Amino acid sequence: MNKEKAIAREKYASIFLVAGGIIFLFGMIFGLFFRTKKVYDLPWLIAIIGAVCVLYGIMQRVNRKKLGSEVEFSGKKAKSFFLKYALIFALFVMIVVIIFIEPNFCQKDVLLDILAQSSIRLIIALGICMTLLIAGTDLSAGRMVGLAAVLSTSMLQDPAYANRFFPNLPYLPVILPILVAVVCCGLFGILNGFLVAKYNMHPFIATLATQVIIYGVCSLYFDLPPNHSQPIGGVRNDFTALAQTKLPGNISVLIPIALAVTCVMWFVLNKTVFGKNIYAIGGNMEAAKVSGVNVFRTLMGIFILAGVLYGFGGVLEAARTAGATNNYGNGYELDAIAACCVGGVSLAGGIGKVSGIVVGVLIFTVIQYGLQFINVSPMWQQVIKGVIIAVAVAIDLSKYKKVLWH
Amino acid sequence: MGEYVLEMNHICKSFPGVKALDDVSLKVRPGSVHALVGENGAGKSTLMKCLFGIYIKDSGDIILNGKNEEITSTKQALNLGISMIHQELHPIRFRPVMENIWLGRFPKKGIMVDRRGMIRRTRELFQTIDLDINPETQAGDLSPSTLQLVEIAKAVSYRAKIIIMDEPTSSLTDNETEHLFKIIRQLQQHGCAIIYISHKMEEILKICDEVTIMRDGKLIGSWQASEMTTETMINKMVGRELTDRFPKKDYTPGKEVVLQVKDLCSAAPRSFRHISFELHKGEILGIGGLVGAQRTELVESIFGLREIASGEIVKDGGKIEIRRVEDAKRNGFALLTEERRASGVFAHLSVLDNTVIASQRRYARHGALSNTLRVRAAEKMDGELHVKTPSLGTEMENLSGGNQQKVLIARWLLTRPDILILDEPTRGIDVGAKYEIYTIMLQLIRQGKSIIMISSEMPELLGMADRIMVMCEGRLTGILDRGEANQVSIMRLATKYMN
Repeated sequence: MNKEKAIAREKYASIFLVAGGIIFLFGMIFGLFFRTKKVYDLPWLIAIIGAVCVLYGIMQRVNRKKLGSEVEFSGKKAKSFFLKYALIFALFVMIVVIIFIEPNFCQKDVLLDILAQSSIRLIIALGICMTLLIAGTDLSAGRMVGLAAVLSTSMLQDPAYANRFFPNLPYLPVILPILVAVVCCGLFGILNGFLVAKYNMHPFIATLATQVIIYGVCSLYFDLPPNHSQPIGGVRNDFTALAQTKLPGNISVLIPIALAVTCVMWFVLNKTVFGKNIYAIGGNMEAAKVSGVNVFRTLMGIFILAGVLYGFGGVLEAARTAGATNNYGNGYELDAIAACCVGGVSLAGGIGKVSGIVVGVLIFTVIQYGLQFINVSPMWQQVIKGVIIAVAVAIDLSKYKKVLWH
Repeated sequence: MGEYVLEMNHICKSFPGVKALDDVSLKVRPGSVHALVGENGAGKSTLMKCLFGIYIKDSGDIILNGKNEEITSTKQALNLGISMIHQELHPIRFRPVMENIWLGRFPKKGIMVDRRGMIRRTRELFQTIDLDINPETQAGDLSPSTLQLVEIAKAVSYRAKIIIMDEPTSSLTDNETEHLFKIIRQLQQHGCAIIYISHKMEEILKICDEVTIMRDGKLIGSWQASEMTTETMINKMVGRELTDRFPKKDYTPGKEVVLQVKDLCSAAPRSFRHISFELHKGEILGIGGLVGAQRTELVESIFGLREIASGEIVKDGGKIEIRRVEDAKRNGFALLTEERRASGVFAHLSVLDNTVIASQRRYARHGALSNTLRVRAAEKMDGELHVKTPSLGTEMENLSGGNQQKVLIARWLLTRPDILILDEPTRGIDVGAKYEIYTIMLQLIRQGKSIIMISSEMPELLGMADRIMVMCEGRLTGILDRGEANQVSIMRLATKYMN
């Protein structure tokens, strides 16, 4: 299997173009002329896969830098390719297995559902990933989500609702409570950042302290008279619209929101000095200091931006469920950290990409959604989820395995 | 059983790009103190690490008590009766002294650690070498010199037949050194052989029986210590011809003073103090000295990485305050650190990111980094310095040491500095890449930049520097002009305060 074989890149690109084109056409014809109830939207999925292949082929053709070089095939290359995209394969295999068990999984609505459910998790994961990139962590994420949810809903109840949090509160513009919630989370982000940057505290313990404080503060607020710790309900429609609106094609509004946040975070991490400094600090803190990176400011920035993202996630969560309690968001940080790790973010710092995080979050949602879909008991769901985290991270880490040097 | 307890014959060891040991032999008699001397980088430590199982030799034989042994691990070396006292001590600070000594072989009672037994055995051990320390003291509470003695006790506890001491007196006072010598003589009487690595010539003449001298990874020879003097040893250590290892210098530095350091003292105890010097435009000022002379500490303090207690820095006629690296950068300083891996490269980032990290802000337009600008800057600078890399996107760890070093120089040149501080700029890179780096340095001074270069390689100092400033134990011992500097005069200044 180790025989090396090289072909010109043009030919390589053409193979993808032709194969992708055939798959795409097959999907379209299948879908348009032979579609039966039994296969649901499968043809369209096939067509999408074909289209992706065609796009890849075009990109290989257009990329001037790579043009003219040869593509090698060898056992080693195949192995590293497989390792690099192991997660995508895993996701693919999981979907195929679920489709076999329950064919009506391949429906457009299922896909949209999965994307919508991933949206809020993705926003939180994108916040937490920065703290992971500097070889830290953030345990306060979940509680900040809860705080933002309680704060925003408490000020956005229907005037006609009987159990109002502030009975005499005037009708506020919807943006104001949202801003209050997000800014509060940002302030707790400042606290996190300050503890880490000023006192050189490990983020694990600094954010653990903040987490406890936030939960306490949130519970105190939630317990204010006349509410006395009752779940907040009767949320205004203009607020819930933020997360419950359906765009044409039955697309949840959360999907474009998450997409926008993803784009912004990609931009921040890849196109700004701040983002480059995050990778530098995570990769080699000493070298970053010597290079004149302002470590203090960068650390503060990371935790503040992360806090703002959790706050935003919390507001969306409240809007989606049209309510809140002080226990909202409990444990979200661990799901987000796991999703990041599954998506290739290294807890040792310095390594991680936005695309990986998106895949990581999607894998998590597909597991959860898929297992519910085929009626696996919730207890088994936990076991399977844990196994998948361990296996996925193990595969991902084998990329970086080093040969000891003597 | 022969006449030697240890024979190392024709040992060779290479690291990627460097031949660290080239056919080196060492023969040690039982009950003798054998000195191993040579400049920094001569290969003494590498040879000892091969003996102690930290490195594995490429070829050659190690014969212990007449038996050929392949030593592949530290544990095996210890079992064979070899133990080593390292130059840098790494005790487990928050555990008692005794646990540090018996680590890995705690006395046990059933499945439990026998704490009383451990205390008793530690007491006995300390008694044999006249040490008065409570076995339960935390290791971190002891002074470096006491720790050194504890480390020796630990070596003794292995009932070692051969003890390697790598600069054991570097942190000891005169009295403590006397104490150490007493211990050494005791060990000798028990038939224990000691391999003694040191830069302190007087010490060697006092305590050692035989001397083996190394240079550039090669063996120069072995002599009876009684035949040697400080002078002859230094000459043998450094005596080598300088042939075309350095590019020709065609530029004489100007008289204009760009940097003046006045009476600079470190805020850290036992670091440098009262350092004053001047740097001229277009000059390469070399800083020589042995390990521990505080040269790195000095330049890192000037660069804002370490705290300064007193003194002032004047640049281009104006006094400047440097508290942080940003201040140093703004004032036109650049620093290439000594430890390329630890504080230089970002191993998992691309060559591009590594090149532009220090000058990042220049490539931002309205907060967004322009990839075109970044690539253009990196391509130009990496090109000028002839960095060999498959592409700018290659991960830094895939480059050779020499190319990594060039990328780091490119990183700093992009900040447009006028004073470059290069700390051991050619450490761990091969001869060809060294020549390229020297060429780059000459290019830079031709452009009117000034360079401060720390180097532990004597030929490098003599070949490149216009003036050489020598430090010893944190003090400035002299500044030599190109004409008056030679290996002997530098070595003499570098060991001025050593006894």
